Amino acid sequence: MAKNGFFSRLRRVDDLSHEVHVLAVDDSLVDRKVIERLLKITSCKVTAVDSGRRALQFLGLDETEKNSVALDGLKVDLIITDYCMPGMTGYELLKKIKGSSTFREIPVVIMSSENVLTRIDRCLEEGAEDFIVKPVKLSDVKRLKRCMFGEGLGLNKRKLEEHCGVAIPSPTPSLDDDNVSSNRSPPSPCSPRSFSSLPSSPTSSTPLDSPTRRFEASSES
Amino acid sequence: MEIVGQLQKQFVDFSTSLNHEGFLDEQYLQLQKLQDESNPDFVCEVVSLFFDDSEKLLNNLATALQQQVVDFKQVDAHVHQFKGSSSSIGAQRVKNMCVAFRNFCEEKNLDGCLRCLQQLKHEYFLVKNKLETLFRLERQIVEAGGTVPVIG
Repeated sequence: MAKNGFFSRLRRVDDLSHEVHVLAVDDSLVDRKVIERLLKITSCKVTAVDSGRRALQFLGLDETEKNSVALDGLKVDLIITDYCMPGMTGYELLKKIKGSSTFREIPVVIMSSENVLTRIDRCLEEGAEDFIVKPVKLSDVKRLKRCMFGEGLGLNKRKLEEHCGVAIPSPTPSLDDDNVSSNRSPPSPCSPRSFSSLPSSPTSSTPLDSPTRRFEASSES
Repeated sequence: MEIVGQLQKQFVDFSTSLNHEGFLDEQYLQLQKLQDESNPDFVCEVVSLFFDDSEKLLNNLATALQQQVVDFKQVDAHVHQFKGSSSSIGAQRVKNMCVAFRNFCEEKNLDGCLRCLQQLKHEYFLVKNKLETLFRLERQIVEAGGTVPVIG
C-alpha cells in the first residue's frame, strides 16, 4: 500500500534533532485543539488550519494567489486532515497535494468520524498514507509517528519512551495503546486502525509493518 | 487532611457514576491524558470550546427547523458537527442523540427532528451541568491543598 515515497521519507528525517512538523487541517475548533495537543505531546511541531484552502495557502499551493510562495520555508513532514469539511473536503485536499510535483511526497493522513470502507478505500487509492477513525486517541498519533518516522529517528527518544511506556526499539504496539473494544483484535503496529477489526487482508500489510526491514533497507541509501 | 479526602472521594464517585450512566465515555479519559503540568487546564479549555460551539449549534438548529421550507441537508450538517465535537470530548449521550437526530434528517421527518432537538438540548445541558460540577470539585480539591485523583 505504501507508495514510492516511503524510503525517501525516512532518509529526509536524518537529523536526530529534527522535530517532525505536522500540518493539521480541521474545520472544528474543538478537534483542532485536541489534535494539536495530541501532536505536541508526541513532540511534533504543529500548524493547525481550519480549511483545505488555508492548508494550500500555507503550503504555497493556492491557485487564487498569483505568486504562490511557500511560507518561510517551513518544511511540512506530514499532513493530517479531516475528511468532512465545508468548501474543500479532505479528499479534495488530498488530490490537490498528490497532484503537486512539489508536495506529493508529503504523507497525508485522513481522519473521519465515519468508518466507511468505500471512503477509506478511495482515500488510500488516491495516495493517503493512513486513515484514522475519530475520535482520535493518543495511541493513534503515537502509532502514526512511530510508523512514519521510525523508532528513534527525528524523535527525542526519552520523551517517546515516557509517553509510549515501552523501551525503544519495539515493533509491538505500546502498552499505552488502549483500544478497549474487546471484539477488536490488536492492530498490527502500522496498519490503518480502521482495518484492525477486519480479518487480516493482503492490502493492509505494507513495508511499514516491519521496523527491522525498514532499517536494513534504509542503510542501502 | 479530612476535607481533601472527602472531596477526593466525592470526585472519584462522581466521575465513576458519569461513566457508568453513559454521560462521559473513554474519550474523556483520553483528554485527561493530554493534561499535565505544562497544560494544567487543557481539559477545561477544550470543554469550554465545546460549550461555546454547542450553544451556537443549538441556536442554528432551532433557526433551521423554523424555516418555512426546512433545508434538511443544512440541519444534518449542524447535527453532524455536533456529533463530531461531542464525540471528541466523550459526551456519549449527546453523541448518541445526534445519531438518532441524523436519521430523522435523512427521512426529512420534521416532527422527529423537532423532538430530537428538544432531547438534544436536554442531554447537552445535563452533561454541561455534570462537567461544571466535576470542574468545581477539582478546583475545591486543589484549593484545599490536595491533588485531583486520576481516574482510569
